[in-house]
Amino acid sequence: MIGEIFDIIIYILLGVGVFFNILAGVGLLRFPDVYTRLHAGTKCTTFGSIFLVGSVILLGLKTWLWNNDVNGSVIAIHSAIALIAILVTNPTGAHAIARAAHRSDVEPVGAVVDDLKNKTVTKSVKKKPAAKKKAVKKKTGAKK
Amino acid sequence: MIGFMEFSSEYLIVFLALLLCSIMAIIRVIRGPTAPDRIVGLDTINTIVIVLMVVFGAAKSEVIYIDVAIVYALLSFISTLFIAKYLEGGDF
Repeated sequence: MIGEIFDIIIYILLGVGVFFNILAGVGLLRFPDVYTRLHAGTKCTTFGSIFLVGSVILLGLKTWLWNNDVNGSVIAIHSAIALIAILVTNPTGAHAIARAAHRSDVEPVGAVVDDLKNKTVTKSVKKKPAAKKKAVKKKTGAKK
Repeated sequence: MIGFMEFSSEYLIVFLALLLCSIMAIIRVIRGPTAPDRIVGLDTINTIVIVLMVVFGAAKSEVIYIDVAIVYALLSFISTLFIAKYLEGGDF
């Protein structure tokens, strides 16, 4: 009885995860812009993978507790570690991609004002020559 | 064909749906007008392949596929960070 309830919960989790992953694919094809595609391709995939790997964890726990198979506990623990790796690395990669897209002058569709543009460009341009000038001044001062 | 017959049909449906999703991401990689579009497609393909490996290991009840998925997650994260840093320009 309890095993059947576990099976139904596992199938529901698989269905929800596959639904969100397909939404990620459709969003990648349909959105007009790098940043909106980044929303679709990263957030939907992370949310869907939570459900898919969660169903695998439930399957491992079920085979461990009800069928008395030790292999199920290993599957559950290792897939939990894989889920933690996905949850840590995926938003960090998305942040790096968005930052790289903004630094390489890809503009959003329909954008009128870009408040970040002057700040980041002036910071990254001003820092390096100032450091070089200071180093040159120190060297010349030492020579004199 | 013998390998496919070992699964129950629910897992086969999950594999085909994830394959369809990765095919849509591959179309975005081919058609993408700028370089960050292609990187977004590659990142999506990486995450889908990780999830596919985990579900595949659960369907065949083999732990080695899940271990490969963990290592693949960390290596794909490093490659994504490196390509993003390369696009950004400047010093490393």
